[in-house]
Amino acid sequence: MPLPANPALRLAHLYPDVMNIYGDRGNVIALRFRCEARGIALEVAEVNAGDAFDPANYDLVLMGGGQDREQRRIAEDLVAKGPALREAIDGGLPALAVCGGFQLFGHRYVDHEGGVIPGIGVFDLETRHPGPRADRCIGDVVLATEYGEVVGFENHGGRTYLAEGQEPFGRVRRGFGNNAEDGAEGARTKNAIGTYLHGSLLPKNPAIADALILAALRRRYGDDVELPPLDDAAETAAHRAAARTAERRSRAAAE
Amino acid sequence: MDLRLAAAVNAGKAAGMATRLLGRGGGTALPGLVALRADPGALRKLGRQLGRGRVLVTGTNGKTTTSRILASILAEAGVPVVHNREGSNLARGMASTLLAAAGPTGRLKVRGGADHALGLFETDEASLPAAARDLAPKAIAFTNLFRDQLDRYGEVDTVAALWREALAAPPPAATLVLNADDPSVAELATGWPGPVHWFGLDDPAFATTDPGAVDARWCRACGGTFAYDRRYFAHIGYWRCTGCERARPAPDTAAESVSLWPESARFTVPGLGELEMPLTGVYNVSNALAAVALARVLGVDAGAIARGVAGVKAAFGRQESVEFEGRRLRIFLCKNPAGANQVIRLLQATTAGTSLNAATLLSDRFADGQDVSWTWDVDYELLAPLVAKCWAGGTRAEDMALRLKYAGWPAPTAVEPDPVRLLDAVLAATTPGDEVAIVPTYTAMIDLRAELTRRGAATRFGEDE
Repeated sequence: MPLPANPALRLAHLYPDVMNIYGDRGNVIALRFRCEARGIALEVAEVNAGDAFDPANYDLVLMGGGQDREQRRIAEDLVAKGPALREAIDGGLPALAVCGGFQLFGHRYVDHEGGVIPGIGVFDLETRHPGPRADRCIGDVVLATEYGEVVGFENHGGRTYLAEGQEPFGRVRRGFGNNAEDGAEGARTKNAIGTYLHGSLLPKNPAIADALILAALRRRYGDDVELPPLDDAAETAAHRAAARTAERRSRAAAE
Repeated sequence: MDLRLAAAVNAGKAAGMATRLLGRGGGTALPGLVALRADPGALRKLGRQLGRGRVLVTGTNGKTTTSRILASILAEAGVPVVHNREGSNLARGMASTLLAAAGPTGRLKVRGGADHALGLFETDEASLPAAARDLAPKAIAFTNLFRDQLDRYGEVDTVAALWREALAAPPPAATLVLNADDPSVAELATGWPGPVHWFGLDDPAFATTDPGAVDARWCRACGGTFAYDRRYFAHIGYWRCTGCERARPAPDTAAESVSLWPESARFTVPGLGELEMPLTGVYNVSNALAAVALARVLGVDAGAIARGVAGVKAAFGRQESVEFEGRRLRIFLCKNPAGANQVIRLLQATTAGTSLNAATLLSDRFADGQDVSWTWDVDYELLAPLVAKCWAGGTRAEDMALRLKYAGWPAPTAVEPDPVRLLDAVLAATTPGDEVAIVPTYTAMIDLRAELTRRGAATRFGEDE
């Protein structure tokens, strides 16, 4: 079955009023564009701190990044929503958490003075900030992932360490990745992806956008749903331009 | 004679001459850089010879335009001015400007006399601490604080912290000229021992009650949430803290009865009467207010203020109009989401029907910010129903084209990183009499303007008097 009649999906965008730095809104724009181009109605609900949130009402969850000060303020609210969200993701709910969202989807964020911001433990990882004297990890990223090559831009102070057995999202070809040490980038559990990559991520990496949409459709309508392909010439061109830029800057930095 | 300063001045001048002989145009930073290496005190020693004092203009957006308007007012008032109008707003650029005015012994020579001259320095946000320390300004204007080039500056909060740190340096008698409409700027008044002069827009007809993405959400004093009863754009508007008493201060210099036209704006400043300027957009009215407020702090009379505002010329790429083979190109520089969203709204308000021809250029060099993610925070969607023809350019033309596709724009006539071929594509798809809006990032504008200059359509960098 290519698509059911009148397909519809519901997306929960977590904390869009605060976790919205570095153009992460582009991920919502991409999901909407790629759903509507196929006749899939995408309803986007903005879920902010203090709002009731039942993951059972949604087919997709998205959370972006924010500044440190902002992240602290929503962490408490996220922890309250955490158990239900973790259970839904265990049951296959597709989710994308970027940068600050990715960090809070881990167990905890430890700042340089030892202060702990608790996360929700969707991913088996923790993030530590090495202190104000350490450089931020800023630059172009190219990853090898099971969705193929992924391109983006990272900008983070915290270093993330995966527990043994936690799958990364990809392996770093260019850039820093989770911690600039072990070559891992992001995390992946069932249909949930965590990553540091902005860009925005989904417009230039349509394979990931489509994987999230397909997982959501199958969960709702059955495993035989297939996604009709789209003309991705513009997406591919932007992807290649980003990959070329990463190569060029990485060569320039090495010289 | 200060031998070290004299040596630094001469080394800087020689470096400037060498770059000009090599034909490297726009070398506005190198002389200052060389001089500051030879004498780290050069900026202080040269700047402090300006007998009427120094003023600084900083903020995310509007620095160049605000400085331009103030320079135009000061010219009308007959005040001799040394102004870094031709480029670099880092410490090295300010030093270059001063070097150009200095003789071989390191004495400033300004028409009208250095003793009577004023220093007007557009100052990069991150260079403010050095400029405030070395130049001991008598006034500092802060236009606004938006997210901008996060790959370079870090977080928006980092810039706010840098500004607070910088305010430990200037003389406590200095006047802060602050935008009352921007809570991130307004908080700089907290703890400031000297005078504060507030400027702000006072025409609710141009404000919206829609909530939107804002960069200023919480009160630093109490942690409470800011409420915006009305916003002009981004977080510029009638703000108040829901947790404490802080709220938008009443402006000392305000703009009432604002009217916007395609290429000009009119507004009334209580105490000065109606002003008209040949620039448009609410954001430019805010820039003009910053300049007018500074002029009032400097004691300039009302007539010179009105004539200076009326006589300002568009700065390089800021609503600059260029005739090119019968086409009229209007260049709207966009460096960050807040600036780009203002240009989008201006084009939306001034386009009739589906007649908009637009070339959007996205480059990703250091001066632009290497991260192009910010384009996803810009509301290109608003223009989609108005676009007749469009082109995507800049070093990341492909990213730009994708952004436009997802914003619902028609397919671009050309996606072309090369400025030569981009201009050819614009020519091929238009006829004489057509208008084209060019919306470039900083280095994309420099590249395109260089090509327009080569084809005889624009004046050279630094020759835009």
